[in-house]
Amino acid sequence: MSAAQPLLALQKLTKYFPAGGLRLPWTQPDWVKAVDDVSVSIPAGQTLGLVGESGCGKTTITRLILRLVQPTAGEILFEGRDVFELRGKDLLHYRQAVQAVFQDPFSSLSPRMRVGDIIAEPFTVHTNASHQTTIDRVAEALELVGLSPAHAKRFPHEFSGGQRQRIAIARAIATSARLIVLDEPVSALDVSIRAQIMTLLEHLQRQLGVSYLFIGHDLATVTHISQRIAVMYLGKIVEEAGADELTAAPLHPYTRALFAAALPADPDDQHEDLVVSGSVPSALNPPSGCYFHPRCPFAMPRCSADRPLLKAVSATRQVACHLY
Amino acid sequence: MVRAVDGASFSIKRGECLGLVGESGSGKTTACLSILGLLPRSACIEGGSILFDGQELRGIAADKMNAVRGRRIAMILQDPMASLNPLLTIFDQVAEPAFYHRNSRGRTLKDHVLWLLNNVRIPSPERRMSEFPHQMSGGMRQRVVGAIALSAGPQLIIADEPTTNLDVTIQAQYLSLLKELQRRTGVALLFVTHNLGIVAKMCDRVAVMYAGRIVEHGPVRELFKCPRHPYTQALLGAIPRLGSKEPLYAIPGQPPDLSDMPAGCAFHPRCPHAMERCCREAPPETSLGADHQARCWLLEPR
Repeated sequence: MSAAQPLLALQKLTKYFPAGGLRLPWTQPDWVKAVDDVSVSIPAGQTLGLVGESGCGKTTITRLILRLVQPTAGEILFEGRDVFELRGKDLLHYRQAVQAVFQDPFSSLSPRMRVGDIIAEPFTVHTNASHQTTIDRVAEALELVGLSPAHAKRFPHEFSGGQRQRIAIARAIATSARLIVLDEPVSALDVSIRAQIMTLLEHLQRQLGVSYLFIGHDLATVTHISQRIAVMYLGKIVEEAGADELTAAPLHPYTRALFAAALPADPDDQHEDLVVSGSVPSALNPPSGCYFHPRCPFAMPRCSADRPLLKAVSATRQVACHLY
Repeated sequence: MVRAVDGASFSIKRGECLGLVGESGSGKTTACLSILGLLPRSACIEGGSILFDGQELRGIAADKMNAVRGRRIAMILQDPMASLNPLLTIFDQVAEPAFYHRNSRGRTLKDHVLWLLNNVRIPSPERRMSEFPHQMSGGMRQRVVGAIALSAGPQLIIADEPTTNLDVTIQAQYLSLLKELQRRTGVALLFVTHNLGIVAKMCDRVAVMYAGRIVEHGPVRELFKCPRHPYTQALLGAIPRLGSKEPLYAIPGQPPDLSDMPAGCAFHPRCPHAMERCCREAPPETSLGADHQARCWLLEPR
C-alpha cells in the first residue's frame, strides 16, 4: 500500500431510502436522501470524526461501511478496492478488517453468551485457530482493554456500562481489525467513564495502529480524538477540515452554530453566541438551495436558489457555503 | 435498604439558578422528587427537612402539598414525550395548572395559555394550541412542558435534565429560552444535569453530588476555577475541552453501588489522595469561605 493511499475512502457515496407508507405499484416513491454525495477518506492509523445531529445520516454511513446496506450510487474503497464488489474470501477478509462498536453496550452484547464467547465469535469465524489460541486471543484482548482474562467466564449483565463498552471494543480488536467504526461509543456513558473509554481508545490506536471512524454529536469529544473532522447536515458534508483548524476557526455557519452549542465547562468562556433558530428540516422534503439556509443567520437570496458545492478553501479544508 | 440521598443540604435563593450535578445514580432525581413529595411509596425520608419560603414541606398534609406542587414549585422532566399526555391537546395541558391554581376560566384562561405559548416561543400558538404532542418536534414539546411549568406562576422550577434528549442546536435554543424566562419572571431554577458545560452557562451556584451526598457546593466561578474536592477536580479533568489535545483524566473505577457503599468517604476507592482516615470516617462539611463548602478530609484544618 502506498503512503498516499487512504485505508478507506468513500467516493460520492449516496444512499436514498424510499419513504415509508403504503406503496402501490403505480405510485412514485418519495426518497429520503439519507446520504448524499459524500466523499471522505480515512488514512491508516488515524481518526476521522463525523459530527452531526440526529437524522443527518451518520448511522447510514456506518451501515454502508459495514456493508449492511447497498448504496444507491458511489463507492467505498478499502485499500483501493471497491467494497461492494468484494465476494467470497475477499469479503470475509474485509469483514475481519472492519469492525464496529455501537452506542448502547446494553443492546450490542448478547445477554445469553459469556463474555469470552462474545469476543471469540468474530475471531473464530475469520480464522481456523485452535481452541487454545482462541482462549489466548480472548485473554489478550481483555487485557488490552483493561479487563482481566478471568472476566471471560462471566455474562454481560455482570458488568457496568463502561465495562461493557470495553468488552465491545475487545470484540472489535480481537480480529486484528484495521478500522473500527465507533458509532457514538461514549454518548451513553457517564462523564468519568467516558474519559476512561476515550483514553483507552487513544491508547489502543497508538499501540495497534488501528484507524477509527468516530461518530458523535459532542464536538469537544470528537475534536479531542480525531485528526480530521467532517460535519454533516441532512445527508451532506458541509465542512471538512483538520481538527485543529476547525476548532480554531469554524467556517460554515452550521459548524459555527455547533461550536456555539458545545458548551465549555468554563463560566468565563466568551465563545461566539450563535443560536440558530428552528430545527433540522425533514429529510423527506429538504429546503431548496442550501439545506441550512432557513436556519442560517447569514443567509443571502442566493442561498435559497443555488445549492453550494463542497469546495476547497485551502489545501486541507473544504466548505460548502456561498460565503467562502 | 438503599440510601439514595444521604444528608444532602443545599439552598436556592429567590431568582437564582442552582445547578445540581452528578453522575447517574448519584441521587439527583431522588433529591428533586423528595422536594415535591413525589417519592414512590417504598421510599421514605429518614431525616432532615425541606424548607420552602419558611414552610416545612416534609410530611405535610396532601391538600397542603397540592397548594405548593404545580403552583409554587413546578417541575420539568427529562423526556417530554413521557411527561405530556398524548390524548390531550396542548391547550388542555397548558391550561390545567392555571385552571386549578389560579382559577382562570374561559377567555382569561385562553389568553393566558396564548401568552405562555408566546413566551416559550412556539410559532403560531393559536393553531398549535389545538394540536396534540405527537404533532410536534422534541424541542417544541419540551417548550410546551416549559409553558406548563410556568402556567401557575411558580417561584421555583425544578428542571431534571430537560435537554438530555435534545440535539445540540435545539439544546442551545432551549437553554437561552430558560435563561430569558428566568430573567423576565424572576423564578428560581434548580437545574439538574450531568453536563458541566450547561452548568457553566446557566447557573449561579452549583452543588456536586456523589453517591447521595453533596461533596462540594459553591458559586459557579469559584467552583470551576478552583475546585477543592478531589471528585470535582476529577470531573472537570475528565471532560474534553475544545482545542485541547491534552490527555483526559480518567477517574479509575466506577461510582459505588448504593446498596453496598464503601465505608468512610464514598469516593475514597477512586480518589488519588485517599488517606487511611478516608476509609474509616466520612468527612464532615468544611467551610471554604463565604458560600463554599466541601466534604473532604484534605480540607479539614488539623
